[in-house]
Amino acid sequence: MVASVTNLGRSGLYDWVIQRLTAVILALYTLFLVGFVAASPDLQFAQWQGLFAQTWMKVFSLAALMSICGHAWVGMWTISTDYLKNAGVRFLFQLVCAGFLFVYLVWGIDILWSV
Amino acid sequence: MNSIRPKNLDLSTIELPLPAKASIIHRVSGFILFFAVAFMLSALAASLESAESFAGLKAAFDNGLVKFIAWGILSALGYHFVAGIKHLLMDMGIGETKESGRTGAMITLVAGLIVIVLAGVWVW
Repeated sequence: MVASVTNLGRSGLYDWVIQRLTAVILALYTLFLVGFVAASPDLQFAQWQGLFAQTWMKVFSLAALMSICGHAWVGMWTISTDYLKNAGVRFLFQLVCAGFLFVYLVWGIDILWSV
Repeated sequence: MNSIRPKNLDLSTIELPLPAKASIIHRVSGFILFFAVAFMLSALAASLESAESFAGLKAAFDNGLVKFIAWGILSALGYHFVAGIKHLLMDMGIGETKESGRTGAMITLVAGLIVIVLAGVWVW
């Protein structure tokens, strides 16, 4: 077996599990947020900010944010290894993806903990 | 495996079967969502910063381009969600045969289309 140093879980099986676990978290978060917004046709700032001021919502949102990073890494890694045959190009693409996700993570935490 | 078997990997000459179509759209929608996160975080930041920025974000949704981008992101998210559910069901062994796989792909495409239309109705 060829050891891969760029896939998230160091093995296809770990990546498979990470992809599913994060998918379930993201699905629940999506359903919750869409449900919340759809159930409040005249959503006001106080109500919206009140939701994100709750500790459980911060934890839920952070779980979703981390899930995005893990889920998107596995997905973009798979895309890069499927289509980018040149190792240098593939590594550069993965580096850019990692950069995006790192920014998303720091930015997201900053947003969540500024409330 | 016979290494001299004929191969044709030129996608432009292949009519993709339905499950392959459902799958490639799942991948494309995921690729789009990777970049859409930047828009979603911008919107989240504006919605939570202050009452003024919240009102500003609401007002921005009067703009046709903003509506279109929001619909695009919701569409990608909706399809990716539906196709992801199909994936999880197939992990449990549901819809793995050639016939049921086709049916599953058909359901995924139709459900995805419904979600995309609903998202459009919601945004406009």
